[in-house]
Amino acid sequence: MMHARSNDRLPPNRLPGFLFRHSAVTNGMLALSAMSLGGCISVNAPEKPIVIELNINITQEVIYRLAEDAGNTIKENSDIF
Amino acid sequence: MAKTERKWTRSALMSAMAAVALGAVASPAMAQRDPAYEKARASGQVGEKTDGYLGIVGAGSSELRAMVDDINIRRRAVYADKAKAANATLQEYAFTAGCLAIARTDIGEKYQAPSGEWKTRTSAAPDRDSRCP
Repeated sequence: MMHARSNDRLPPNRLPGFLFRHSAVTNGMLALSAMSLGGCISVNAPEKPIVIELNINITQEVIYRLAEDAGNTIKENSDIF
Repeated sequence: MAKTERKWTRSALMSAMAAVALGAVASPAMAQRDPAYEKARASGQVGEKTDGYLGIVGAGSSELRAMVDDINIRRRAVYADKAKAANATLQEYAFTAGCLAIARTDIGEKYQAPSGEWKTRTSAAPDRDSRCP
């Protein structure tokens, strides 16, 4: 509306003004149609759980050292394992 | 005669007491899983996580969450004790137990792969961390 009113006062032979208005309107329409075509912007939650790897510092050496003991612990506490 | 009889009675009593004491010590080791826990495992509602704790697969009811929380609190207490005795950290001990707990899952039970996703145990070896024994 603002553009149209300001352009009414311009001489009709001012091409650059017409060009500007034309391109602005076209751009706006393009943006609108792009939005309506695309619908809403949807953000989906990732399907896989986000795992923060806190076990990265545990060495294989330690795991092998503890394996027998941990195995016995599981057997001794079979009600919770 | 009376003395021998009394001696025998005493030794019998002692052995009976010893048996009771042994039974009391041995019984936690013989304890079986609670039927609700066993059922949740078999139906894939819960699974073994890589960190050594039990996880809920899917949404889970409040009863299931309470059961899993209870088991994990008890696991943590056991891990803490054993880790201290073995001069290891709680995480190290729990992770090692997790490796073994995943290895001993039955076919059809759920376990967590190193990627974090839940997998169903088949007759094949489970997908475990490369550091697992």
